[in-house]
Amino acid sequence: MTIITCDHLDKVYPVALKEPGLKGTLSHFFQRQHRLVNAVQSVSFTIDPGEVVGFLGPNGAGKTTTLKMLTGLIHPSAGQVRVAGQIPFRRSPSFLEKITLVMGQKQQLLWDLPALDSLKINAAVYNISPRDFQYRVDELSEMLSLAGKLTQPVRKLSLGERMKAELLAALLHRPQVLFLDEPTLGLDVNAQVSVREFLREYNQRYDATILLTSHYMADITALCDRVLLIHQGQLIYDGALNQLMSRFAPYREVKLELMQPPDHATLKQYGEVEEVLGREIRLLVRRETLTHTVSQILANLQVLDLTITDPPIEEIIRRVFQSGKVT
Amino acid sequence: MSSVLRKIKTFLTVYYAYMLEYRAELLLWVLANSLPLIMMGVWSQAATGGQFSLTALDFARYFISVFIVRQFTIVWVIWDFENEVVEGKLSPRLLQPIDPVWHHVAAHVSERLARLPFSAGLVILFFVLYPQAFWWPSPLGLFWGCLATALAFILRFIIQYTFAIFAFWVERATAIEQLWFLFYLFLSGMIAPLDLFPDAVRAVVVWTPFPYLIYFPVSLLVGIPTPVTQGFVIMLIWCSLGLLINRWLWRRGIKHYSGMGA
Repeated sequence: MTIITCDHLDKVYPVALKEPGLKGTLSHFFQRQHRLVNAVQSVSFTIDPGEVVGFLGPNGAGKTTTLKMLTGLIHPSAGQVRVAGQIPFRRSPSFLEKITLVMGQKQQLLWDLPALDSLKINAAVYNISPRDFQYRVDELSEMLSLAGKLTQPVRKLSLGERMKAELLAALLHRPQVLFLDEPTLGLDVNAQVSVREFLREYNQRYDATILLTSHYMADITALCDRVLLIHQGQLIYDGALNQLMSRFAPYREVKLELMQPPDHATLKQYGEVEEVLGREIRLLVRRETLTHTVSQILANLQVLDLTITDPPIEEIIRRVFQSGKVT
Repeated sequence: MSSVLRKIKTFLTVYYAYMLEYRAELLLWVLANSLPLIMMGVWSQAATGGQFSLTALDFARYFISVFIVRQFTIVWVIWDFENEVVEGKLSPRLLQPIDPVWHHVAAHVSERLARLPFSAGLVILFFVLYPQAFWWPSPLGLFWGCLATALAFILRFIIQYTFAIFAFWVERATAIEQLWFLFYLFLSGMIAPLDLFPDAVRAVVVWTPFPYLIYFPVSLLVGIPTPVTQGFVIMLIWCSLGLLINRWLWRRGIKHYSGMGA
């Protein structure tokens, strides 16, 4: 039983074209020209209840467009989509009560009032009883460490506190499906960690399904076992995060500290030299020859220290998007 | 308490608090709408020297009533709505199981209450300075006048919100309101009572929504003879027509908005 089903989703929309300069301005004024953009092309995937899935892609890849189709804000040009058993674009009240969309760069709280006032509006809109309202606000503000902050005007809150208050407002009606678009955008490291921890706890406590986009790989590695990669509107990978790493990172990184500064020619025979900083070296070594190469290094060079790691996930993702496909 | 009543109470309470955040601005907004008081000075002066159907005192009562009616019928939904569409703030509102218009309605109604002490203070000051102009409207005139003022607000809100929906297609829907305002200024009775207009103009204007936005409620309050039933019927027809067009445009607009990427 899936909670989100996308079947060959397409979204095409027109974008106005305008040349720079006065000539371009005048021709744009008299005759508007448009170009059709294939924002999303034949995207298919399913998500089971309770899953936390990372949705990754470079800017303009189609992540937000897909999220908007899943929430019913925009209708697909072609294909089928069902979320929580309903067709999102109908935006029926029973569907809207089951979902939420948090966009890191858009706010729904009233700027000049304490967040609690906006929460009261949400409670009335979603028919949450005063008793449940109080219980949920207490519970969520404790999970988000927001105690005492909800009575301050929103404009007086720090960016991190504001984002947490936005999350609280978006989750007050206890949605089953959470669509989060860059929920940690612009937050400092501490705030990012607390938002991540909150989302993990919310997912576990309510068995909520989460589809999350983020440019911070730490969000993805901390929360998601599964990722969807989208590139130029097309889904290029759907699977486990660690599988992606082994498939797209056939190398491991070997860090060495030697007794003597080495010569470059010697190092090259062991692997691809990434960096040499005095006596410290970083090499990329193919996984299949790793054991042999490391034993050779230990036998032939005077090694003070040696560590083996996977390349950073950011690096892997960057390579995937650079090539545009998963090999 | 039923769900609807709770929604109304919560929306009004929260938006009233929101409006009270703008204490200084409220006074300035009240003063910014003192054009009728300027027109009062102009017409009262003119009445002392010219031949008009209204005396200087009539003009004073007419324009203080225009000022009061304007205080209760100010609408700015088009600026807020355009901003929401252009900046994408409408999207989160569309994901709540309530029509986004109710946020605007609540903000407008609450603002009426918030500005009431300021408007009332200015009206009292006016009568203190110019006691001859004070009058007691007839109870029936007061009742119909208040009802017509409430309906004038509804009609003006529907019209402006309908223009606002064009923000889905054009980048500055406020331009439509600015053009409309020119007609509103002259034909609603804000600049001059319709009694001073040529008969031919009045015969046409009476079928448009304009006079019902100011002149009609003011006439009922001041006691200028006016066909009450006909006035209310025409108002209700315009409200219903506006509402029909509004909902039709809204459905098409939302489709267009979502087609363009929301």
